Amino acid sequence: MGKYIIKRLAMSILIIFLVSVFAFSLMHILPGDPIRIALGESVSEETIAEYRAKYHLDKPIIQQYGLWVEGILHGDFGKSLLYGEDVTTLIKTKLPVTMAIGIPVVLISAVFGILFGVVTAVKRGTWIDQVITSIANIGIGVPQFWIAILCIFLFGLKLHVLPIQGYTAPSEDFGKYVYMAFLPVLCLSFGFIATITRQTRSNMLEVINQDYVRTARANGISEGSVIFRHALKNALIPVITIIGLQVRIIVGGSVVIERIFNIPGIGALLIRAITERDYFIIQACVLVISLVTVGCNFIVDLLYGVVDPRVRKSWR
Amino acid sequence: MAEKKHLLEVNHLKTSFYTDSGEVKAVNDVSYYIDEQEIVAVVGESGCGKSVTQMSVMQLIQSPPGKILGGEAILEGRDILKFRATSKEMRAVRGEKISMIFQEPMTSLNPVITVGKQLTEVIRTHKKVSRKEAWQMGVDALANVGIPEPEARMKNYPFEMSGGMRQRVMIAVAVACNSRLIIADEPTTALDVTTQAQVMELLLDVVDKMKTSLIVVTHNLGLVTRYADRIYVMYAGRIIESGTTEDLITKPCHPYTIGLLNAVPKLDANEHEQLTTIEGAPPDLANLPDTCAFLPRCPYAAESCRKLPCPELQQVGEHGHFSACHLKIRREDT
Ligand SMILES: Nc1ncnc2c1ncn2[C@@H]1O[C@H](COP(=O)(O)OP(=O)(O)OP(=O)(O)O)[C@@H](O)[C@H]1O
Ligand SMILES: [Mg+2]
Repeated sequence: MGKYIIKRLAMSILIIFLVSVFAFSLMHILPGDPIRIALGESVSEETIAEYRAKYHLDKPIIQQYGLWVEGILHGDFGKSLLYGEDVTTLIKTKLPVTMAIGIPVVLISAVFGILFGVVTAVKRGTWIDQVITSIANIGIGVPQFWIAILCIFLFGLKLHVLPIQGYTAPSEDFGKYVYMAFLPVLCLSFGFIATITRQTRSNMLEVINQDYVRTARANGISEGSVIFRHALKNALIPVITIIGLQVRIIVGGSVVIERIFNIPGIGALLIRAITERDYFIIQACVLVISLVTVGCNFIVDLLYGVVDPRVRKSWR
Repeated sequence: MAEKKHLLEVNHLKTSFYTDSGEVKAVNDVSYYIDEQEIVAVVGESGCGKSVTQMSVMQLIQSPPGKILGGEAILEGRDILKFRATSKEMRAVRGEKISMIFQEPMTSLNPVITVGKQLTEVIRTHKKVSRKEAWQMGVDALANVGIPEPEARMKNYPFEMSGGMRQRVMIAVAVACNSRLIIADEPTTALDVTTQAQVMELLLDVVDKMKTSLIVVTHNLGLVTRYADRIYVMYAGRIIESGTTEDLITKPCHPYTIGLLNAVPKLDANEHEQLTTIEGAPPDLANLPDTCAFLPRCPYAAESCRKLPCPELQQVGEHGHFSACHLKIRREDT
């Protein structure tokens, strides 16, 4: 097992390294001088040279990369080209906001997605199955922004029960946080729940017909245990992959949803940085998001081993 | 002979599957019984409804598309088909009163749960014992079915065991629960020849020691004649001949049984004696004829057979020898 994990870890580090190189190169690959874009056309050559030196842009490219990485290792992501803000501080204030939306989204999606998947599989062909499966199919097909607009229209403008924009931190006022975050979390969860429901349902339907489920029933095992222990444990293996892919939302946020609901998170920050070509912020965001993505994939791989002993054995 | 109380008595069982091609009459008015400490074999070609019969009695038919349309299964004086499929009473029958062993040892155990956990879960479902006691009972059961190092094996996953070993585990479940009846549905078909013999021997040994009854489902008539007390021959969802093993092999009455017997290689056969197989294929269960279902393949078919409806079982000899054939055929004793 140890050998496999070390191999997997080395792979993750390599990926992170490649991503960092890519994120760093963006500034140099994309056309236009970042400083000129940041400062505007009317600035003198001296000022530009001054800024270039301040951001180490006058040094050889390899050294620039080295300085950037060194800074990151010390917790310093550099400064915003436009506003001079400290990128680390920026991320530190935006990340909790995105996480406060993303974590409930992932938890709610996993719980309800699996639950609906099991229910629709067990009640296959009944009206419950038909209703949930139809909604799930809509959830997969319809784009997020459309659902968001629909929710805003329905809950905000028609029923006046929920706010249509803004954000309050849970540490500040938990009740208000729930109230404010309700719609964005709902809109983001909708698609996720739909995907997980569909995946769980089809896996469950396959697993329920397996010989070992028949054996469990033939041995008098209670239906609850047959479904949730014998069948679900096998059906979950592919579902873990799906959830693993969605976990990225916890740090990456959703650009669309943060924009629509005016939530000051990473997604909104990234959009701002991209439109303004604020490269250090882009680099930092890309790096943080990929770090978590790679980390999640790593955890998903380990989870396979936890759920499936055959995988665990192959590690040895 | 005095009327004895049967351990399990199945009467007029009917099970159908409703598929796109119509109603598949998989079990069509099947009646049979088994007594205490008896070994009964159910024999027939693939697809004739042997498994569905057994699964119906256990109420394990997948529904939809399957449905038990009628009949009763009397176990210890109670009709277990009256219980709801998921009811407590039915679950108490499954595993505790009747244990089933299936054909596919490779897929019959849950791949992601250890053998020990699967075994103890069944034990704890049926017996009021602590986790620890159940574990010990599981270890003992594994030892009883001849699995070496049972304690270590309890912690194994099914994929770490061979097919024969897994089939032993299935038998161990029956041992641990002290079932009154074991239904073995082609328990050795999927195993290699040497393992087949070992597992069958173990099963017979267990049945003997535990004083259990055994229903063996198989399509190998030759094999079961060595140990079965009585045999039921099934064809196209019906029982077409039944009787003691002795009667059936010496005085078979139904052309189908005769055909099956002719297909069995004999140990003392000389080289010139030819094995004959039954020509043709079994009928489509969704499109059964009104006449005898075996008619198209029957070498004895007479003109009268084409006019008469499907024959019912009729007594043809002593000791409950029944056959469902319009003709009075007797294979000459060999
Ligand atoms: N789930 C199902 N859906 C539709 N038809 C089914 C289903 N299960 C069984 N059948 C039908 O019932 C008939 C009897 O099947 P069964 O499994 O009892 O045969 P069998 O005698 O056990 O054969 P084998 O020796 O191959 O195990 C088959 O013709 C099959 O087509
Ligand atoms: Mg079968």
